[in-house]
Amino acid sequence: MDNKPLFIAGHTACAGCGQSLAARLVIEAAGANTIVANNTGCLEVFSTAFPESAWNVPFIHSLFENCAAVASGVEAALKFLGKKDTTNVIAQGGDGGTADIGLQALSGMWERGHDILYVCYDNEAYMNTGIQRSGLTPFATNTTTSPIAEKSFGNPRPKKPMPEIANAHGIPYVATASAGYPQDIQRKVKKAISIKGPKYIQIHVPCPLGWRHESALTIDVAKLAVETGLYPLIEYENGKLTARQIQPKPVEEYLKTQGRFKHILNNPEAIKQVQEVADRNIQKYGLRLEKSA
Amino acid sequence: MKEFIEGSRAVAEAVRLCKPGVISAYPITPQTHIVEELAQMVAEGSLNSQFVNVESEHSAASVVLGASATGVRAYTASSSQGILLMCEVLFNIAGMRLPLVLTCANRAISAPINIWNDQQDSISMRDAGWVQIYAENNQEAADMHFIAYRLAEDKNIMLPVMVCMDGFILTHGIETVDIPKQEEVDKFLPVYSPLYKLDTATPMTLGPLVGPDYYLETRYAIQETHKDVLTLLPKLAADFKAVFGRDYKNLLIEEYRTEGAEKVIVAMGSVCGTVKTVVDQMRAKGKKVGLLRVVSYRPFPYQEVYQALKDIPKVAVLDKSVSLGGYAPLAVEVKAACYGKKKTPKVISSFVAGLGGRDITVESIEEIYRRLTTKEVNLDFIDLKPELLKEKYGQ
Amino acid sequence: MFGPLTTKPGTSKANKTGSWRVKSRPKFLQKNCIGCKMCTVVCPENCIVGKEKNAYYCEYFFCKGCGLCANICPKKDILMIEEDKEEKEKK
Repeated sequence: MDNKPLFIAGHTACAGCGQSLAARLVIEAAGANTIVANNTGCLEVFSTAFPESAWNVPFIHSLFENCAAVASGVEAALKFLGKKDTTNVIAQGGDGGTADIGLQALSGMWERGHDILYVCYDNEAYMNTGIQRSGLTPFATNTTTSPIAEKSFGNPRPKKPMPEIANAHGIPYVATASAGYPQDIQRKVKKAISIKGPKYIQIHVPCPLGWRHESALTIDVAKLAVETGLYPLIEYENGKLTARQIQPKPVEEYLKTQGRFKHILNNPEAIKQVQEVADRNIQKYGLRLEKSA
Repeated sequence: MKEFIEGSRAVAEAVRLCKPGVISAYPITPQTHIVEELAQMVAEGSLNSQFVNVESEHSAASVVLGASATGVRAYTASSSQGILLMCEVLFNIAGMRLPLVLTCANRAISAPINIWNDQQDSISMRDAGWVQIYAENNQEAADMHFIAYRLAEDKNIMLPVMVCMDGFILTHGIETVDIPKQEEVDKFLPVYSPLYKLDTATPMTLGPLVGPDYYLETRYAIQETHKDVLTLLPKLAADFKAVFGRDYKNLLIEEYRTEGAEKVIVAMGSVCGTVKTVVDQMRAKGKKVGLLRVVSYRPFPYQEVYQALKDIPKVAVLDKSVSLGGYAPLAVEVKAACYGKKKTPKVISSFVAGLGGRDITVESIEEIYRRLTTKEVNLDFIDLKPELLKEKYGQ
Repeated sequence: MFGPLTTKPGTSKANKTGSWRVKSRPKFLQKNCIGCKMCTVVCPENCIVGKEKNAYYCEYFFCKGCGLCANICPKKDILMIEEDKEEKEKK
């Protein structure tokens, strides 16, 4: 794995892009015997502009919403060729391509039981088109289509519970991960590809431009999301839940790092509602690390 | 071997003989019998193929796209709304130059929802870059699949091919069809060897972002390749005849009793069988009528169509689809083929018939020949029921 | 006839994205490095090279100056220094 870089420099992601960082970690963990199918989105645009490509593995981009189906076809073809046992298939896309427009194809891929790892790079809005809200945009986020104004204080809805939707399909492995925990991403990818069947990993990837934070803070911001309980790191192995324990920090510590939440910092009621999202996560997944001596 | 079988079964048998490694489809009337037959063959083990049951036509097209990109021959079939749901994937497949074959069981488009035959579905995809060939009967529908794969996978072509057969009329019609032997098909259709594919031994990036500096050439290349298809189809027809014995002339057009004709109908698909019957009856009575059947709609054989029509005084183009707000799709092409030439038909009238499964009968065809006079008509709908047009909106 | 359809793998190095740097760039002091590799792990550009401690360096042709490496270095052995125009051109 160390001998040949699989995702190389020269791609045109913004400085400090959490997605480009996570994408490299994923493909390095999966290894060279991997075929990648990618939805339309930032990742595909910044890594495969003709005549160049940042990928050193076979890579296909077709459309915005169909990488799960394209990957299903790749997997079926590999089975026909007798090559499936020696080749990993990864389908990947952003949060919009995964949880919104691509959800039907993804659900089909899960239900049919294809031996594919699906990776969702969750930067919590349509960043490629300029920060429009998606089904994975968190509550109260200021985006260009959930703006702040007299009658709106940002996105009115919480994130769509994709890990639960994935788990409800009865697939053998579901996990969330975070750009703030690079080794954890790679551990989960390696575990996922060692399991036969459909897998889902959703990685929280800060977008300095869309979230409005300094590019050097990508890792710190991602960590705070985990440490506040707003982005729980969980795994479902055959439906059995394990979670990374935290000593929860108040959500303000996370919110104040980003311009997209600036408007609610002086709004105790809104902060309370965000804290409730974190508290629900903490309870639901048993995130609280019990203090012991 | 000659069998008395349903059109869908004949197509399924032909597809089996083409040995696709991946088949993916979503059920839609009247395509269902084709994919049911194929699923049964895979289940029985008489066809070694991965059959992927998907959750939509969009995914069916995407699955075969992925399979083809991995270097495996793949097949799908659809109809009507399914073709429309596939639309963006179909454009994508042609743009990526993947040699897929799709059977379109031609059916009307909603609303109002209607499961019966016309050709609006495939015609709506005319700009996608796919080759489109239209079968007249079930023997031809089956045979066109061997030709379609051979054409699509030609190293100089690498374009997807849509085999269009009229829904119900052909798909559910029972006719005698000669199903060839595997050895014959293998002789005609070599094993697929892709120009490029997704392979970890030789990684490459497919489907890159192509900006203004490069995009124009991708479209030009497909346009030029369609010209090559026009040259290749007659050669494939000759090869086909050498192996299977059946003669499809040039696979671009078929002229039926047009010699010395004063009136010729231009049409596509199964309705041409009815037109031939009427032509025979009218010729027997001394009427100088004929038929020009367009086999390849994309690429459109402008030269051949012109040559076939230039000495015909009166031409009627029969469309089984419309371009609402504009001239009918086949009529547009026929008129374009004759435009600006010194010697052309004096009259090219355009008729629309059979939409949503309205039967095009012998009488309908006779009516078209009757209405084809020295006075050119445009978008003349045949067999309209005027009493139905008196309904008030919302009543 | 074919137009642009595929791209060769690993060819993006033609883009010298280092020209994007406007404010600062990382300086690898190579004094207190313990070889933990975290700078290479978090670099979104995959442009930090090195195997031995105190021997890591940055390929400035590609570094966009995001500052993640300096931020994560546990020994503060990477500093973000003001971009020097002349030096940038030299590299």
